[in-house]
Amino acid sequence: MDEKNYSIEVENLHIRYRNIKKMSIKQQLFGKKQNKNNYFEAVRGVSFKVEKGKILGIIGKNGSGKSTMLRAIAGVFNADEGTIDLHGNSVSLMAIGVGFQKELTGRENIMLSGMVLGFDEKTIQEKSSEIIEFAELGDFIDMPVSTYSSGMHSKLAFAITAILETDIMLVDEVLSVGDQKFKKKSYKKMKELIQDENRTVVIVSHNISTLKELCNQVMWMHDGKIKMLGDTEEVLTKYEEFMS
Amino acid sequence: MLARFRDDLSKHYKFALYSAKAQLKAEVAGSYLNWIWWILQPFCFMIIYAIVFGVFFNAKEQFFTAFIFIGITVWDFYNRNVKQSVRLVKNNKSIVSKVYIPKFILIVAKMFVNGFKMLISFGIVVFLMIVLRVPVTLNVFWAIPLLIDLWLLTFGCMCYLTHFGVFVEDLSNVTDIFLRFVFYMTGIMYSIQHRIGEDYPTIAFILEKLNPVAYVIAALRDCLIYSKTPDLLWILLWFIFSVFFSMGGIAIIYKNENSYAKVI
Repeated sequence: MDEKNYSIEVENLHIRYRNIKKMSIKQQLFGKKQNKNNYFEAVRGVSFKVEKGKILGIIGKNGSGKSTMLRAIAGVFNADEGTIDLHGNSVSLMAIGVGFQKELTGRENIMLSGMVLGFDEKTIQEKSSEIIEFAELGDFIDMPVSTYSSGMHSKLAFAITAILETDIMLVDEVLSVGDQKFKKKSYKKMKELIQDENRTVVIVSHNISTLKELCNQVMWMHDGKIKMLGDTEEVLTKYEEFMS
Repeated sequence: MLARFRDDLSKHYKFALYSAKAQLKAEVAGSYLNWIWWILQPFCFMIIYAIVFGVFFNAKEQFFTAFIFIGITVWDFYNRNVKQSVRLVKNNKSIVSKVYIPKFILIVAKMFVNGFKMLISFGIVVFLMIVLRVPVTLNVFWAIPLLIDLWLLTFGCMCYLTHFGVFVEDLSNVTDIFLRFVFYMTGIMYSIQHRIGEDYPTIAFILEKLNPVAYVIAALRDCLIYSKTPDLLWILLWFIFSVFFSMGGIAIIYKNENSYAKVI
């Protein structure tokens, strides 16, 4: 019997883009019915498990279904077939600047963005001073975000996502933002978050050295299927051979 | 489904409230008169309509300014919500494509925004009732179930339009034309009973009773400024209809909401 403590269990996952093309009213009323089999399958029968506290890296060429699968785990998409079981763990897709309103102040956007990410008011309030400190915005925190430079905007967005933590973290490309100094700081923070032994992490990246540095195991996706899943070094070596 | 709806609502209503507050603030940010526009704009419209219809078209309705303002208030709430719902998902792409949030919460947030504006408009209605010395009776309390009917009906309409607005490209054009047609059929500037009912009672019945927005407007005028008790049977009928209509809307959104991110 398998007694490992899994945080993520994905079983025979299929995600299709089917019968949901935008249509004009004319097409809806008088156009030909869409062929029900006319779909694109982005993820085709993927199954894997991630143990609690482990870091799974996902690699693959563009259009291989990596980001689609990540978004399905985050709940943005529904599975067309198969199941995703997160065993009641909270999950977040590291998405920078979700729900930002540029007319509002940085402080107000912390609350708004935190709420969109599913955190309650109390938690956000408790964490807001840490977010403000990390973002290094000083008095700008009470100014409208529209007055921020793009670097300041990124710093605040990163700080919100990084400080409001969840049990499962899904990362679409490891993030490092802002000027050189803040880039180092944000990358360090990302590493810290990812390497927390209580947190399960799935990272999608094209950067082989990042995956080598951070992941316990790597999954190689190709045309919506798993081509290889296992030891980081082994999978990445095969992937590099394949791509060269 | 209802249990899920209840749980989602209790979990996310604070976001809806905060988002509404943010939208209201964003709307007036940078404008010179700021929030005063929320009062000034409906007040100016009321004066324009009162002059055009009261003076030029010689409207005879008693307490005409309050009469017309009740119509505008209810219509604006319904019209704004319905129009804005068509592009609601698309306009929230940055949220919908990155995190999961029950999509009806976006509708609730929008209704809070327009509900707040409606509240201000009703404040002006009260002001007008005082200025015009409208006799007030206990009938004014019928406004509460009537506004509940309006809220539920609007929510239901928004659910369907939010859903179809994702998939049907030109729905907003069709909605605009439809709403303009309904606007003239709803008796916002005139009394259906007085203008049509005397010569064509059947048509007046159809226009006033079978169009829920027209019914709510006429009944609100009756209970607020004419000291009359509205037709309770119709309040109940529209309530039952709106509940089932909204439930259907919620069901269709729940069934499809996770596909929206694939389309927008």
